[in-house]
Amino acid sequence: MTPVLSVRDLSIDYRTRRGPVHAVRDVSFDIAKGETVAIIGESGSGKTTLAVSLIRLSPRSARITKGAILYTNARETIDIRTVADDELRQYRWSECAMVFQAALNSFNPVINIWEQFADTARAHGMKDSAAIHARADELLDLVHLDPARVLKAYPHELSGGMKQRVLIALSLLLEPQLIILDEPTTALDILTQRSIIDLLGTLRKKLGFSMIFISHDLSIAAELADRMITMYAGTVVERASVTDLFYRPRHPYSVGLLRAVPRVSGAMGAVESIPGSPPDLIRLPPGCTYIPRCPLAIAACADREPDLVPVDTPAHEARCIRWKTVAEQVGTAEVAVAEKIATA
Amino acid sequence: MSVVDPTVRGTPLIELDHVSRAFKVPGGSITAVDGVSLAITASEALCIVGESGCGKTTTGRMLAGILRPTSGRLVYEGQDVWQKKGHDLSAFRQAVQLVHQDPYASLNPTRTIFQTLSAPIYRHKKAKGNRDATNRVRHLLDVVGLTPPDDFLSKYPHQLSGGQRQRVAIARALTVDPRVIVADEAVSMVDVSIRISLLNLLLGLRSEMGVSIVLITHDLAVARYFAREGRIGVMYLGRMVELARSEALVSDPAHPYSAALIAAIPEADPRITRSKERVTLKTADVPSLLALPPGCTFHPRCPLAEPGLCDVLVPELLPLPGGEVREVACHVAIRERQPAAELLA
Repeated sequence: MTPVLSVRDLSIDYRTRRGPVHAVRDVSFDIAKGETVAIIGESGSGKTTLAVSLIRLSPRSARITKGAILYTNARETIDIRTVADDELRQYRWSECAMVFQAALNSFNPVINIWEQFADTARAHGMKDSAAIHARADELLDLVHLDPARVLKAYPHELSGGMKQRVLIALSLLLEPQLIILDEPTTALDILTQRSIIDLLGTLRKKLGFSMIFISHDLSIAAELADRMITMYAGTVVERASVTDLFYRPRHPYSVGLLRAVPRVSGAMGAVESIPGSPPDLIRLPPGCTYIPRCPLAIAACADREPDLVPVDTPAHEARCIRWKTVAEQVGTAEVAVAEKIATA
Repeated sequence: MSVVDPTVRGTPLIELDHVSRAFKVPGGSITAVDGVSLAITASEALCIVGESGCGKTTTGRMLAGILRPTSGRLVYEGQDVWQKKGHDLSAFRQAVQLVHQDPYASLNPTRTIFQTLSAPIYRHKKAKGNRDATNRVRHLLDVVGLTPPDDFLSKYPHQLSGGQRQRVAIARALTVDPRVIVADEAVSMVDVSIRISLLNLLLGLRSEMGVSIVLITHDLAVARYFAREGRIGVMYLGRMVELARSEALVSDPAHPYSAALIAAIPEADPRITRSKERVTLKTADVPSLLALPPGCTFHPRCPLAEPGLCDVLVPELLPLPGGEVREVACHVAIRERQPAAELLA
């Protein structure tokens, strides 16, 4: 089946006084219908630059230098990179919606929630106010909010969790096939975060949309993702199913991210930070970009940037010439620990 | 009590004694912190966790002596801090330091790292002459892992990463040889990949310099890691609802609110997180601080709440009978002599 979204060899630069910042480099991935993919990495890994480019909301200093963003619906396949502006407006919201990190700032502060719904609907050709109202009621109900109360409220009258729910409801207004969520629960309290995660899980089952999660928080990926993409220095360094990435990571950076997060349940395990900091994306060193922080780097790693190659299975890829050593050193140990915890 | 617990016994270095703090807001007055008592011994690591609005930051600010309690006492080395004057108060101000959440806002952008760190050294006469001051700054940069120190002396905050800035903020707190550091969400704004190294830095100050550290965080996983040899206090709507050794708290929480929090936390492990037992609360609505419910403030949401008891009487923070020392403010857990985690199962 044709993927809903297919990103091909995408490269994005930012213009700066020091020269172009290579924020996204040769990124390719597909999202199937109904699939949830989590993109993880530190700040500066290029994940947000990538995400906003998918709806062509990049800042003016950003330029796509290469590649294609192919979106397919029942009628046609379009390239978001080159599509005309009026067609792009239809694509945003009705085909692909985005829920930003700062949900709190995504609303117009001077109009109430009903008007936010009505504006969005009218901009996409829904004229019948009664129909919009019925749809808003239905969606707010779906996200466990009281429509009568919420529609009359102004954004500042709602709590952070309520605003995030309203935004999710709003993103569903035009029944998009794809929702991009950038750190959707980062600013929320634990119990609110839990209810948003559960809500997204239920809605996905019920409505069958695809999701792309951008997060530095591995736990949300662990909750909701089917597949995972690890980004480092603007490029994909590992791509795997959620269980492979968590229990059989094959890139030292994925291993580093997994070990950097303490856990609440089960054994604490070895927790440690990744030494050093991400490379300068203006002057990238030759060879693997992770060398200065990598515990397994050898001389050969500096020869050229490694390719993304299949590891244990064809669906699991890593950009590391030492992935077998990673597998020997950490893969089995992590699996043993994880399985011990899971069966305990 | 049969269990010897070095972190609970011994003379407290600093203590909050039934402190409350009210704030005037449009529409009335709110009690951000209500009758919290907390005793901290030398070189203890303690975490205060809770959701936004629970009063953890206000508690931290009262502990650091920068916010005066509306009632109750802040006691340092046996003396009431707010009765102190002159030299004694100045000594307290140096002994207890606060590290803020936002390293982007807490450092002066127009000052070099050397200027930022040397100013308190000169002001509090911690060095003899310029050379000694410079050496002291170098030493502090070394302690916080900004090496080689000479690379950082003439840098400005904007030239550093978030993690490096937070290290500078910690170094600044160390300029006056503190005995207690209150770190409010000190790692929340830095990248996940380097949080552990910052926590380790703070833990190192505790073991090597005997500094007590109170870390305020909303992240229970961070709290568990940081306080693994110490205690975690859980706050809810201005009250301390549970105070216990870190492992006991996360593996077998005694208060139903702690149990609900721990059950709700997503974990960075797909099998664990997708099979976690949930605690279902009666409602997701958090009461407003302007209209707190009577009795236990958690009772409208609590699955264990008993009418006529929990909605009438405010539960005190009391030791849970039997087993390890842990304190819990829950009528039901105390009466049943069992942690809420077990009552809910």
